[in-house]
Amino acid sequence: VFPWFGLDIGGTLVKLVYFEPKDITAEEEEEEVENLKSIRKYLTSNVAYGSTGIRDVHLELKDLTLCGRKGNLHFIRFPTHDMPAFIQMGSEKHFSSLHTTLCATGGGAYKFEQDFRTMGDLQLCKLDELDCLIKGVLYIDSVGFNGHSECYYFENPTDAERCQKLPFNLENPYPLLLVNIGSGVSILAVYSKENYKRVTGTSLGGGTFFGLCCLLTGCSTFEEALEMASHGDSTKVDKLVRDIYGGDYERFGLPGWAVASSFGNMMSKEKRESVSKEDLARATLVTITNNIGSIARMCALNENINRVVFVGNFLRINTISMRLLAYALDYWSKGQLKALFLEHEGYFGAVGALLELLDSA
Amino acid sequence: GGSLTKLAYYSTVQHKVARVRSFDHSGKDIEHEPLYEISVQEEITARLHFIKFENTYIETCLDFIKDHLVNTETKVIKATGGGAYKFKDLIEKKLGLKVDKEDVMTCLIKGCNFVLKNIPHEVFAYQKDSDTEFRFQTNHPNIFPYLLVNIGSGVSIVKVETEDQFEWIGGSSIGGGTFWGLGALLTKTKKFDELLQLASKGQHTNVDMLVKDVYGGAYQTLGLSGNLIASSFGKSTTADKEFSKEDMAKSLLHMISNDIGQLACLYAKLHNLDKIYFGGFFIRGHPVTMRTITYSINFFSKGEVQALFLRHEGYLGAIGAFLKGAEQDNPNQYSWGENYAGSSGLMSTSPDVFPMQRTRSGTFDMFEMDRLERPLVNLPLLKDPSTYIPDTVDLTDDAMARKYWLTCFEEALDGVAKRAAASQPDSIDASERAEKFRQKYWNKLQTLRQQPFAYGTLTVRSLLDTREHCLNEFNFPDPYSKVKQKENGIALKCFQSVIESLDSLGWEERQFALVKGLLAGNVFDWGAKAVSDVLESEPQFGFEEAKSKLQERPWLEDSYSQWLERLKEGPPHKCALIFADNSGIDIILGVFPFVRELLSRGTEVILACNSGPALNDVTYSESLIVTERIAAMDPVIQSALREEKLLLVQTGSSSPCLDLSRLDKGLAVLVRERETDLVIIEGMGRAIHTNYYAALKCESLKLAVIKNSWLADRLGGKIFSVIFKYEVPCK
Repeated sequence: VFPWFGLDIGGTLVKLVYFEPKDITAEEEEEEVENLKSIRKYLTSNVAYGSTGIRDVHLELKDLTLCGRKGNLHFIRFPTHDMPAFIQMGSEKHFSSLHTTLCATGGGAYKFEQDFRTMGDLQLCKLDELDCLIKGVLYIDSVGFNGHSECYYFENPTDAERCQKLPFNLENPYPLLLVNIGSGVSILAVYSKENYKRVTGTSLGGGTFFGLCCLLTGCSTFEEALEMASHGDSTKVDKLVRDIYGGDYERFGLPGWAVASSFGNMMSKEKRESVSKEDLARATLVTITNNIGSIARMCALNENINRVVFVGNFLRINTISMRLLAYALDYWSKGQLKALFLEHEGYFGAVGALLELLDSA
Repeated sequence: GGSLTKLAYYSTVQHKVARVRSFDHSGKDIEHEPLYEISVQEEITARLHFIKFENTYIETCLDFIKDHLVNTETKVIKATGGGAYKFKDLIEKKLGLKVDKEDVMTCLIKGCNFVLKNIPHEVFAYQKDSDTEFRFQTNHPNIFPYLLVNIGSGVSIVKVETEDQFEWIGGSSIGGGTFWGLGALLTKTKKFDELLQLASKGQHTNVDMLVKDVYGGAYQTLGLSGNLIASSFGKSTTADKEFSKEDMAKSLLHMISNDIGQLACLYAKLHNLDKIYFGGFFIRGHPVTMRTITYSINFFSKGEVQALFLRHEGYLGAIGAFLKGAEQDNPNQYSWGENYAGSSGLMSTSPDVFPMQRTRSGTFDMFEMDRLERPLVNLPLLKDPSTYIPDTVDLTDDAMARKYWLTCFEEALDGVAKRAAASQPDSIDASERAEKFRQKYWNKLQTLRQQPFAYGTLTVRSLLDTREHCLNEFNFPDPYSKVKQKENGIALKCFQSVIESLDSLGWEERQFALVKGLLAGNVFDWGAKAVSDVLESEPQFGFEEAKSKLQERPWLEDSYSQWLERLKEGPPHKCALIFADNSGIDIILGVFPFVRELLSRGTEVILACNSGPALNDVTYSESLIVTERIAAMDPVIQSALREEKLLLVQTGSSSPCLDLSRLDKGLAVLVRERETDLVIIEGMGRAIHTNYYAALKCESLKLAVIKNSWLADRLGGKIFSVIFKYEVPCK
């Protein structure tokens, strides 16, 4: 029964995937209730919803076959604080009259369950976020990105001139370390489709970058924060090894360019007064990214896994972080570890939820 | 360092020691002469001094060094830390010495190894919500391998495998500098200490996104509590809300501490290590950061790894730099002991609790270590050296006991000071020094009332040792020397008649009489107020009077029957090690007859006495004279001495208590050589305050008379109750 949705309600963002059937027969069209039609039209004919909802058109998967139906998969996101408005809209569009199941994952599936029931007259099917995440990753990678590879990596990450993004074949994915960077970070070791464990997590994630940027620079969107960061210079804010030792610290094999103390220069009043907001944004981004890289690297060593896949919306339009992760993993592991990335960054949980819906049907 | 200078120097300290020397008695009237001669001599000992002060005083300090650099070939001064670069020129100009900069981490680790080896209660775990914030650890005989996590402006993680072998295995740029720098940006608060203070007042839940903010509750499938931080600063992702300085500082503190703890655990796991010591300015005595780091380590290691801290953490670099400079006369070949009199002790820098001491510790702090004459080692007969704890009661833990003993020592102080002054009637400044001693020890007791953890675990032993150190500091090396001399003389006169009456008894009666004699002798303890009052007022109080004071059998702890059974049924012991207690009646009429009986059974005896004086305890040099005199009267003792079946040794200690993990190496060698199979520990200090629960590999006898009614009460008895504990190790 249409419509097919998958919902992932995170700490900061709600991710919604919608399967738009393209093989609707005239007969079906006839039978289709008005509500359903209007929802389909609303979602597919717009790229923005309200003031905050956005459809990532560039990610749309075309001519997908799902459960014997052909169609397009749409990727939509909006901030979690607009969740009440979303439920309200569902209620106004009489979503509950469609008698469909809404599969949801992420913490919000639990947090908003009550609201869905009382405001939207909807019973949520709650799913575990890590199950969904892995399911989504494996599925999207297997179908590919409209004929291109979903997975990619950076070649020559330590060489700024020669560094380039190249497709990566993830046909035999196991074992892999999956690092999901949302507001916070979860790190999973995946050994097979069913066998995985959460190794650890850290609270220093995308939310930390954005939260600190808001406090330090007064910015108000993630895009703005990233834009600022792209124009800043973190070495004015951070204390580098060479700032302390004049060059490399050979006793420990530390290169002079390595950060010795994040925000370390900010201990001095004069330096605090001479840095720009852009520098601060960049330093925040570098600090958070390097830290995730270093925890991921330690987990990979402890679990004896050498492929690390980074996903999550922190990486959206965030080439700086992706390159930094690729670089850090390669450099500190002396080439032993490889950082991989996926085009659909933050949507795998929602995709997994959609797949669960279809499996259960 | 960035704000504090830590200076380490070596000095020779001249101080007075008491010596005893036997007279030549030939042709003299022995009856009216004292047994031996007591003289006070000057002795020179080596001491390591460590001083910590604010960098603003560096010129004053350099002047001090210049005035005190005597008789030295010193041409260079070793320096480490950030300030080594900053003050290089000044130091070289002022002192005319060349500044040799040493690698920070090498110094840190050298210093760390040194304190771990030489200071019994160096290491502690931090517990916020218990009565005792600082939980001290027993030193493991092998300190390696360990992980040192130094949290300065960044974080360095170093794996230390041996004395000279260590490896930088990782680090993190998110450290103290991040807290300080980012904190200063967020809160406009400039000082590190003030930031910590802000943090201790804040609510991080206003700034951090918690699991329950995302889930509405816990994330149950993963067992993640709702209060866990899901995203640090995850609630400040808005431009239109104001956040309080306190809340942001707290959130930042949690973020950084958790991150460091997580990385430390990951490294510990990768390298299979379970001991992690934390140091660096981020930690240095700050309860707030010790608490958050402890929490984080506990969380991320699921309780498998403990966060450990060091009492002298702030000095490690200076100690290490000093050791680098002193490599020629390698201080590592000696044993060192903390001098409680000259050390300020650990100060809690908790902003709320003790503002006065906080200032003091922040600006000036001292730490002294004395070089011990002889290297100290474990008693080879300890069942498990890594879990051996000498002290019976931990006064840091037991608030009631702590209150009692602190008061007890306070009340006894005037008497001790008076006796000290009286022991040097010929010295014009004796009463002045005695008063200084009284003041110093009184102040120590007051410090310990407020900060019981100042010198490691507080125990009756540490209180006694601190008193001895303070007495020595004011040149009262042996206040009881004359008392001991007199009592030894009196007791020697009774020796033969005691032996005669023992020899007239049947075997079984004699065994009991010997034990009773040993116990009665132990009543003569000037350290116990109940006894010293009697001894002061009744000079004729003697051996028989003491016997009548003893509790009748069954004793409070009574395994006499098993002991008798053992003597009856078992083969004679090969060799007995006896730790003696008091001078006079105790050693001469109590211990020696017992020794004589053992020797007659064919058991060799090692008699161990203290190297230095403590109260009226018999010292090694006194025991030599006493034994010589007994041997002159008694053929059994005489032949045993000649045939080396009775051996006199020193313990290496000057404490009224006994730490079996720090004993003279010579003693340990002998114990092994002679295949010692019986250890006898006598007296309240050695067998009750310490070692009451000590487990040995061989048979042991712990015996004492309880001369303190509070302690008797605690153990369920009355004053003059008897402890006779005969233990056989379980197979």
